[in-house]
Amino acid sequence: MNDQAQLLPGTLDLLILRAVSLGPLHGYGILLRIGQISNNALLIEQGALYPGLFRLVRQGLLKADWGTSENNRRAKFYSLTAAGRKRLREETASWNRLATAIACALAEQPEEV
Amino acid sequence: MSLLDSLRLRIATLFQTDQLNAELEEEIRSHIQHRADDLERSGLDRVEAERRARVEFGGQEKFRAQSHEALGGCLFPALLQDLRFSLRVLRKSPGFTIAAVLTLTLAIGANAVVFGVLNSLILRPVNVPDAKSLYAIDHSINDDWESYPNYRDLRDRNQSFDGLAALALSQVALDTGKDPSRIWGFETTGNYFDMLGIQPYLGRFFHPSDERGMNSAPYIVLSYAYWHSHFQSDRGVVGRVVRVNGHPYTIVGVAPADFRGTFVFFAANFYIPMVNHDQMIGESVLSSRRNRGVIQILGHLRPGVAREQAVADLNTIGAVLGKEYPSDNPHEDFSLGRPSMPGALGRPVRAFVSALMVLAGLILLAACANLGSLFAARASDRSREVALRLALGSSRKRILRQLLVEAMLISLAGGAGGLAASMALLRRLDTWQPFSGVPIHVPVQPDANVYLVALALAIVSGFLFGIVPVRQVLRSNPYEIVKVGSAEKIGRQITVRDVLLVVQIAICAVLVTSSMVAVRGLARSLHRSFGIDSNNVMLVETDLKMFGYRPEAIQPMQRRMMDALEAIPGVEHVGLVDFPPLGRGGSWKANVFQDETKDQRPANAAANSFMYVITPDYLHAAGTNLLEGRMLTWQDKKDSPPVALVNREFAAKVLGSSSNAVGKYFLAKDGTRIQVVGIVENGKYLSITEAQQPAMFFPLLQQAPLGEQWMLVRSSRDPQQLASVVRTKLHELDAGMPLDILMWNRELDFSMFPARMASLSLGVLGAMGAMLSITGIFGMAAYSVSKRLRELGIRIALGAKRSEVLLAALGRPLRLLAFGSAAGLLLGVLATRVLASIVYQATPRDPLVLAGVVFAMLLLGLVATWIPAQRALSIDPLVLLREE
Repeated sequence: MNDQAQLLPGTLDLLILRAVSLGPLHGYGILLRIGQISNNALLIEQGALYPGLFRLVRQGLLKADWGTSENNRRAKFYSLTAAGRKRLREETASWNRLATAIACALAEQPEEV
Repeated sequence: MSLLDSLRLRIATLFQTDQLNAELEEEIRSHIQHRADDLERSGLDRVEAERRARVEFGGQEKFRAQSHEALGGCLFPALLQDLRFSLRVLRKSPGFTIAAVLTLTLAIGANAVVFGVLNSLILRPVNVPDAKSLYAIDHSINDDWESYPNYRDLRDRNQSFDGLAALALSQVALDTGKDPSRIWGFETTGNYFDMLGIQPYLGRFFHPSDERGMNSAPYIVLSYAYWHSHFQSDRGVVGRVVRVNGHPYTIVGVAPADFRGTFVFFAANFYIPMVNHDQMIGESVLSSRRNRGVIQILGHLRPGVAREQAVADLNTIGAVLGKEYPSDNPHEDFSLGRPSMPGALGRPVRAFVSALMVLAGLILLAACANLGSLFAARASDRSREVALRLALGSSRKRILRQLLVEAMLISLAGGAGGLAASMALLRRLDTWQPFSGVPIHVPVQPDANVYLVALALAIVSGFLFGIVPVRQVLRSNPYEIVKVGSAEKIGRQITVRDVLLVVQIAICAVLVTSSMVAVRGLARSLHRSFGIDSNNVMLVETDLKMFGYRPEAIQPMQRRMMDALEAIPGVEHVGLVDFPPLGRGGSWKANVFQDETKDQRPANAAANSFMYVITPDYLHAAGTNLLEGRMLTWQDKKDSPPVALVNREFAAKVLGSSSNAVGKYFLAKDGTRIQVVGIVENGKYLSITEAQQPAMFFPLLQQAPLGEQWMLVRSSRDPQQLASVVRTKLHELDAGMPLDILMWNRELDFSMFPARMASLSLGVLGAMGAMLSITGIFGMAAYSVSKRLRELGIRIALGAKRSEVLLAALGRPLRLLAFGSAAGLLLGVLATRVLASIVYQATPRDPLVLAGVVFAMLLLGLVATWIPAQRALSIDPLVLLREE
């Protein structure tokens, strides 16, 4: 568990959008998917997922429908709306810019400044 | 998502909270089941798997709360929770709650009452269409009284108003066939109703077209209330002829129920065209520029005309009139005022009610300071609870919100109580008629404005005292407090509570000072010489002219009445006067000139003196002392040289000196040379707050016959008995003579009314201020003792003397008290200057008042610290040290 990274604030939403963009998922499924696409490198408290999900639904980025899961249990499935898809694109781009910039900054050597 | 959608969702969440909660629960359950399924597959048994799944999920309660927040429906249920919790907390300390609610009830109630009065007397416009552009023309002299010819010139020459109307107050004898009675109403110009734009309830109003010269419009319009009470709402009344002062007048219409004339204090019973004034009073005065009988001129400003333009316009006309009629029109400056009160009444009333509003605001501020320090004390007592809640994961925001909810609950309860109390009081005030026979009352029906203000005050004060403990909560460190308890360090630093207490005491001291000044002023004015002695004097009022006596018949009849009254056993003196001093009818004033003055224009007048027309024995009857010279006699007749008595002020002002003024001459406004035969003492004539005024007294027989007359009967007989004898005696002379009889002291109530009301309201506010300072100091002292119980116990155990213990426990509250009182006293002395204009003899630089305030504050301090002091002294160190 120690080699898992703490989430930066605000990044959970991005991860959720990304996870759901690969197909409709229920809450637990989203957690599994995030674990899978991040090679289990990120630590997410399970319960913390839900406030995030509701926030995204309220913003109109996700929509939710009740359905039946692969375990034959009732569950709420989340999928991206058009606005969600657009937001994911924007956020991804902006994250990449930020990550590049930070990486650049950290790679600078003292004498080059 | 559009704003509308999100709004809809938010509103939906308000109402679907249960359904959303159910969904949230199901979702969490589903999540845990799925996780458990996975764990089960990895080899755990189902029970263990579900337990692990629940643990891994984390703090369900926390995430539930966060989810609620994310769903946007967090506020309502959370607030409900806060509300329930606050109610529980408040129920746990009923003493605190009741004290706090009562404090606010009083403070908000006082504000609502004063605002109710302010609202209906000053803020609410006259009840006519387009009241915003309706102005009254005030001017700088003669208390706004104007003459009818001047009114006509102003009306015809101005370019700023859409028509100007004029008003005069009038009392007439109305004979409808049965019970002839004297009633009050308005004489108005023909355009009054048209200019105001109101429609009659029945029949029609009179119009300018009805006026075709003097005495051409014998019409009367009744008020709805008078029509309702005296004509039993008979719709056939229109067209009926009634007798007004003996002359036939036709009832042309009835005014609507919600229109009582444009004065707020005065409910007119009737409206009669002013052009008929001379006919009604049987004198030809309306066309004289000297006779300033018009009490108000009012009109709508033309659209697009600024007030300054209108004033300039009026002043130009005034200057021209002053040149055209130099002997009648002294220079005056016009201004625009509100038509709801005649200017001379409106200015002091407005000033006083505004001052009261400020004081009431101070009361509320003091109450907030009081509650603020109580809340701060409570918050520090509750620091353990707050720390515990913080440690258990509650957010500071949530705790603050709950504290605010608590404050709001108290302030809303206090607001509701205050509003209810003020409603009751305002309703009583609204139906109150302070003077029988005169349709004066204070219309203060509370309206939506009052409710709104009470609500706003409650909310604002809730915030004010609710935020006091915020800093305390924000700073509190849960770990420290839970560990060592809330033993505050006993330092010398000044806390918010100290400041609040000083502010509160200062405010209370201001209130106590003002009320003492007012009460003392009233007490003095009651024991002051008014130049009359109203005890044991009965007033008998009648108007011979109004009841059909011809002018030449009046004076012989008056002489007979005097003789008849003097013959009554037990009657000491009988006098007759046109209007008694300090009466509700006011008094006449006239310009007088020094003997040498050649050009008798107003600018050259030596004085504008009160004038009275009296019979010889009037001075004895009224109790006015003759200082020098002789009394008037019945021998001072038409054909003998004109004489007068004057008061000392007159002698000093007009004749040069009050000594050896007897025998000197002065000129009346018509140029008659009048010899002064006696000097009488100074007195008060129009109001008890006036500066010393000159006055002169003329013999009855040398003046034109009087209309209204007041007879003064001095006797120590039982008033009721005497009244019936007086009635019989006078009715023996004329069986139809209407008489109004009352004691002079009762009549004087009229002129005492403003001072009495002022003292009463200030007294009440002062008492409230005193109460608030008691609770404030008590709270502070009690808190300071309870906080330092342990320290005091140790001091006692170490052998401290009682005085040392007391000093340690109460020194600080008492020092704050002294500081606050001094500040308040100083402010109070400055603030009460305003009072001097209303309350006679009100001066804050009165050693008795200053001593009184100091003594009162000391007493308050003593009362408030008594119980805490007892508690400090009765500390048993053994018990205390064992417990802690």
